[in-house]
Amino acid sequence: MAQMNMKEAIRDAMRAELKNDPNVLVFGEDVGKVGGVFRATEGLQGEFGAERVFDTPLAESAIAGLAVGMGTQGFRPIAEIQFVGFIYEALDQMFVQAARMRFRSGGRYHAPIVFRTPFGGGVKAAELHTDSLEGLAIQTPGMKVIVPSNPYDAKGLLISAIRDNDPVFFMEHLNLYHAFRQEVPEDAYTVPIGKANVVREGSDVTIIAYGLMVHTALKAADELEKKGVKAEVIDLRTLMPLDIDTIVASIQKTNRAIVVQEAQKTSGAAAEIIAQINEKAILHLEAPVLRVAGPDTVYPFAQIEDAWLPGPARIMAAADKVVNF
Amino acid sequence: MSKLPYEVQSEPVQPLSVLSLEGDVVNPDFMPKLSDEQLKEIMYRMVFTRTWDERAVNLGRQGRLGFYAPVSGQEASMIGSEYALNKDDFVCPGYRDMPQIVWHGLPLYQAFLYSRGHQHGGQIPEGVNVLMPQIIIGAQILHATGIAMAFKKKGEKRVAITYTGDGGSSEGDFYEGMNFAGAFKLPVIYVVQNNGYAITTPFEKQTAALSIAHKAVAAGIRGVQVDGMDVLAVIKAVSDAAERGRSGEGATLIEMLTYRFRPHSMSDDTSKYRTKDEESEWALKDPLTRFGKYLEKKGLWTDEDTARVKEEAKAAVNEQIKKAEAAEKMTVAGLIDSMFEHTPAHLEEQKADFQ
Ligand SMILES: Cc1ncc(C[n+]2csc(CCOP(=O)(O)OP(=O)(O)O)c2C)c(N)n1
Repeated sequence: MAQMNMKEAIRDAMRAELKNDPNVLVFGEDVGKVGGVFRATEGLQGEFGAERVFDTPLAESAIAGLAVGMGTQGFRPIAEIQFVGFIYEALDQMFVQAARMRFRSGGRYHAPIVFRTPFGGGVKAAELHTDSLEGLAIQTPGMKVIVPSNPYDAKGLLISAIRDNDPVFFMEHLNLYHAFRQEVPEDAYTVPIGKANVVREGSDVTIIAYGLMVHTALKAADELEKKGVKAEVIDLRTLMPLDIDTIVASIQKTNRAIVVQEAQKTSGAAAEIIAQINEKAILHLEAPVLRVAGPDTVYPFAQIEDAWLPGPARIMAAADKVVNF
Repeated sequence: MSKLPYEVQSEPVQPLSVLSLEGDVVNPDFMPKLSDEQLKEIMYRMVFTRTWDERAVNLGRQGRLGFYAPVSGQEASMIGSEYALNKDDFVCPGYRDMPQIVWHGLPLYQAFLYSRGHQHGGQIPEGVNVLMPQIIIGAQILHATGIAMAFKKKGEKRVAITYTGDGGSSEGDFYEGMNFAGAFKLPVIYVVQNNGYAITTPFEKQTAALSIAHKAVAAGIRGVQVDGMDVLAVIKAVSDAAERGRSGEGATLIEMLTYRFRPHSMSDDTSKYRTKDEESEWALKDPLTRFGKYLEKKGLWTDEDTARVKEEAKAAVNEQIKKAEAAEKMTVAGLIDSMFEHTPAHLEEQKADFQ
C-alpha cells in the first residue's frame, strides 16, 4: 500500500474512476495541464488526454451547467469549483438544476455529477476562499454532501460519489490536503456515503465533528483524557445523508454530546444534528447538546482567523459544561 | 471626434426574411428547400398551435391548467425552428417553448400535466430528445451547451438548440454559455425570440446593444438576425445553423424578431405597457396570415383547410386535457422517492408521515 496525503488520495480516486469508466470527465478552471491550483488533478490530463480532463473558461455557472447537460447524456462529470466562495456564482446550476433534475423530470433524467471544491479555514487565504458552506448544501433537497477528514476516507468516499447517480457536493478541507499521510490502497475501493465513523471510543461525552474539526476534536479528547474525561469522537464523513444512528448509539452510551463545526453557529449542520438528536435520543441526554462553532459573522480576514475558528480549548470548555451540567 | 483606429465598429443588422407581408417571395436566395407536403405540414402545425394556444388560455381561465405562457404570434419562430431539426437533435426550452418540445415528440397531455404541476409532465418518453421547460431564465442555455459538448465528444452529428427571450439575453448564463460554445466549438444553436418585451420591460430598456445578434461577436460564434414572423426565413436560418453545427463549424446565435399577441402569462394587462398602434402593426405580420397567403397563391391551402385543422386541434386538445385530468395524482411519498436514486433512511422516515 502507498502512503498518501489527502490530495494524492483524491487524485488517485479520480484516476481510478477515469480508468474504470470512459464516461467520467474532469473539468474546471486550470485543472488541465497544471493540475489545478492545488495540483489535485496533476498528471490526469497527461494520462487521460485533454478530451477527458480539460480546462474551461472562467465561469462557474457554466462549469456547473455544462456538467448538468453532459450528465443528461450519460457522462459522469467531476466539476471542480476552484474555491468554495465561488459556488455562489454556480448556485442555480448546482443546487437547483442538478439537485432537481431527477424530481423535475419524474426520474427521466438525473445528474450524476460530483462538484469538488476546496474549503476550510486556518490557511490565511484570500476572502471567500475558505468559508464553510455545507449548511447551504444540506438545505438543498436532492444534493448529497461529503466532507472527508483523512486520505483513506477521501479516496473511498470520492469513488462512491463518482459512482453515485445523484449530485454530490464534495468538500475538501484546505488544511487537510497536505496535513499527513496514511496507508491508502492503490486499487479502487469505496467508503459508503452516509456512514459515520467512530474514531475514538469513550464513555463520558460524544464529540461529533467532520472535516478538519475531527482532528481538533481528537486533540481536545486527548486533553480531556488527562483530566479524567473519556470523550468518544465521531467523524461524520457525510452530512447528507446523515448517519444519525451512529450518533444516537453513541449518546446512549455517553448521555452527553457536543457538535463541532467551523461554520457560523446559526442554522448550520450542527443545528440540524442537534434537532435530530432531540427527535431520537432526548431521553438519553443528561445535559443539553452544545455547539462549538464560528460566530455569526462573515468569515474574518486572516488576522483573527485562528481566534475565530473553533480550537481544542473551546471544545474542552464545552465538554466541561456538559459533563458538569 | 475622430475615431480611434482600434475602435470596434458595429453596424445595425437587417433581419432576413423570405416572404413579403403579401406572401410573395422577396428573397429567393434565402428560400429553404421544401416539398409541397412539407409546406402544408408546417402550416398545419402553425394553425394547430394557434388553436391549442387559444384553448389553453381558456382552459387556464377555467382553472383546468396552471402556469401557461401564451405563444400566439410566435408560431413561425417556434414551429419553424423545430421543423428545421432532426428528431435526434436536442431541444432545451424555456417556459414559453412548449410547442417546440411537443412537435419534437412530447405527448400533448404531458404538456398539460406539466402546466398542472404534475411531475409526470416532465417525464420525457425515451427517444424524445428534449428537456422539460426551464423556469430559471438562462439555465437551459448551459444545459444545451453541455449536451452539445456530449454530442461532440461522442462524435455524433447532432445539434442542441435552446431558446430564451430578449430578457433572457441579459442573464449571465447566456454569455457564459455562448462563450463556452465559442471556446469549445460546440454544435449548439442559441435562439433568442425577441418579442419586444420581458414581461412588461421593453427591449429598449433591456439593452443598449444594436441587436441581440451582435452579442455573438464577443463569443466568437456566428450571429444572425431573422424575421421571426416569417416561417420560411426561420427554417432557413436554423437549417443553416444546424448544418454548421453538424459539420464542426460551431455555434450560432439567432435572434428572431417576433411578437407575442397575448400577455406575458395569463395575468398581466398589456394595455399598461403596449399601444394599440403597436399591436395592430404587428398583427399585419401575423405569421399564419403571411405564410397562408403564400400557400394559397401556390394552390396548397384554403380557408377550409384552416377550419378543418382548427377542428382537429380542438378535438385533440379536449382529448389530451381529459387524459391529463385523468392521470393518477402525485403523492408526497412518490415525491420523496423522486429525490434520489435510492431514498436515504431519513427520507424513508419522513415518508412514513405521509402514508
Ligand atoms: C432567473 C429568473 N429571473 C426572473 C424570472 C421571472 N421572469 C419570468 S419571465 C420574465 C421575463 C422574460 O422575458 P423574455 O426573456 O424576454 O421572454 P418572453 O417571456 O418575452 O418570451 C421574468 C423576469 C425568472 N423566471 N427567472
